[in-house]
Amino acid sequence: MTIDVTITDTPLSIPRSEAVSTPALPAWPDSVIQVRGLVTQFAGHVVHDGVDIDVRRGEVLGVVGASGSGKSVLLRAIVGLIRPSAGRIVVLGHDIGTLTGSRRIALQARTGVLFQDGALFSSLTVAENIRVPLVEHTDLPSSLIDEVARVKIAMVGLPPSAAAKYPSQLSGGMRKRAGLARALALDPEILLLDEPTAGLDPIGAAAFDQLIGSLQHGLGLTVFMVTHDLDSLAAICDRIAVLNDRKLLVGTLESLQQETNPWIRDYFSGRRGRAALQAGS
Amino acid sequence: MTVEQGLLNVTSEEGTLVLAAAGSWTLTTAAALTRTLDAAPPPLPDDNGQPGRIRLDLGQLDALDTVGALLLRQFRDRSRDQNHPVLIINVRPEHIALIDAVWRAAEAEPVPPEPGRPLYEAVEAVGQASLKTARAAVELISFFGQVCTALLRVVMNPRRLRLTALVYHMDHTGLRCLPILGLLSFLIGVVLAYQGAEQLRRLGAEIYVVNLLGLSILREIGILITAIIVAGRSGSAFTAQIGTMKVNQEIDALRTLGLDPMELLVVPRVLALMLVMPLLTFYANMVALFGGAVMSYILLDISFHQFITQMRIPIDFWDATVAMIKAPVFALVIGMIGCYEGLLVSGSAESVGRRTTKSVVESIFLVIVLNAFFSVLFSTIHI
Repeated sequence: MTIDVTITDTPLSIPRSEAVSTPALPAWPDSVIQVRGLVTQFAGHVVHDGVDIDVRRGEVLGVVGASGSGKSVLLRAIVGLIRPSAGRIVVLGHDIGTLTGSRRIALQARTGVLFQDGALFSSLTVAENIRVPLVEHTDLPSSLIDEVARVKIAMVGLPPSAAAKYPSQLSGGMRKRAGLARALALDPEILLLDEPTAGLDPIGAAAFDQLIGSLQHGLGLTVFMVTHDLDSLAAICDRIAVLNDRKLLVGTLESLQQETNPWIRDYFSGRRGRAALQAGS
Repeated sequence: MTVEQGLLNVTSEEGTLVLAAAGSWTLTTAAALTRTLDAAPPPLPDDNGQPGRIRLDLGQLDALDTVGALLLRQFRDRSRDQNHPVLIINVRPEHIALIDAVWRAAEAEPVPPEPGRPLYEAVEAVGQASLKTARAAVELISFFGQVCTALLRVVMNPRRLRLTALVYHMDHTGLRCLPILGLLSFLIGVVLAYQGAEQLRRLGAEIYVVNLLGLSILREIGILITAIIVAGRSGSAFTAQIGTMKVNQEIDALRTLGLDPMELLVVPRVLALMLVMPLLTFYANMVALFGGAVMSYILLDISFHQFITQMRIPIDFWDATVAMIKAPVFALVIGMIGCYEGLLVSGSAESVGRRTTKSVVESIFLVIVLNAFFSVLFSTIHI
């Protein structure tokens, strides 16, 4: 591991032996999101029927499934935007079904969500969008908030000139990056992404995957990612959850390829699935 | 020596300030951490008179996030600027990647704000605003032309008229407007009669309340109330509907399907408004006169029969019909501006709101200006 951080004229002294001995897999196997027996339904239509999942600290979990299989609904249930009909969702040790008031807000500050098209506030500039959670939830001085916003903009790979722009002046990829910067404003422990690479060109999608991977590594994030993008799955996901027929099946890219369920087999062993797997390995 | 809340332990050696970070350097402690770092004493110079060094030990730091890493860098930069080199030691392996990422991001140069030239900017703003207004006026006139040609096309070829849409909009802008318009017109009639009665009673000329009501309502008030309510109710709805379609790219979709938004969206709305506005005006006039008659009966004991008989003295044919001449013109203006502003919506939901406000303000403004023109015109040609 090479770090080019230099302190004045003296290089940053890093205990090399310790750095190397850091295990590649997350050292904390505890789960930050636990879903047990989740049932959701809309107007009699059952979307999830007894879904169980554990998201482990420090991993990148990709959720796939056919259109309309309830991937986004699962994400919305985890962040508390919709109320499940049955089941428990525990995020960072708190049951979100029973959490109310200030404790709920405190928990929400520990999770960041990136919606499909960024969901930036259209009347605010990018920098102001990032300032919103910082101003609302912290007592930092204004100058430090500006500085934090500037750093977050740079961390998600936006040029400094993007700070003063309005969302309608940005391209789709830049809007997603700006939305990511806002989701990261409060340094959340969990990052939930709803189709982060949808609508991006392959180069932009690959760059976004790489960005999420490096942020996840740098900030020690746990990432829960709803996606359709096989390349994302192969490139950055540690585990994959497949939502099929109202149930959830969790595995790795390799193990899921051995599945006999026809939808899962088609998904991972089709031409695109094989190509992504080859590229990923 | 402990400074505050166990975030930083300060000891001093010969020529070196030794700082040991502790606790968590995160968003929640950032305010205290800023104060703590600001309060750290400057290192004493060493034996040779060289400026003192700072050694910052991160070995006991429990938690670090981007804000903590950023404050660390700010402290390093500030101390270096004061000629106190900072040596950071014992960085924990789980913090290395974070510090690396944040520090690299913090190196990005902020965009310097434009140097301010107040006078120049003020002059430029005035010029830009003038140009924008002129351009908007030209565009509005050209849109007026487009609406006229589209209307003409429909008149020449009535099969192109979307009858369902026309009836739908007549229902929404006309029929559903009746309750609110009736209530407000009635109240205006009541108020006019009340105020007129107060003044005219002093002269013993109570009966002339009827003349006052008849002339003012039929010529001016009825149509103005109608136009203002229609602008606020239907003009704004036109802008919001078309604007939302624009944001949704539905207008683009129409064009690619070979459908003319002008014919499909604008003509039915404008035509519906032009058809129902005279009817609404007539209705508003009658209800306002009824309100005035009720009030006259209560206050001045003028019976309905007397009211109607008296009314026929000052009111001629033109007094009763000028409002019907104005109504389609006002309807055209309100409908046209509502659709025009809707088609100008771009990008965001905020734009829909801004355009809707603009559409209402502009159409009421134009209605009142046009009304003044009509007054002058009618008095010149003696009708």
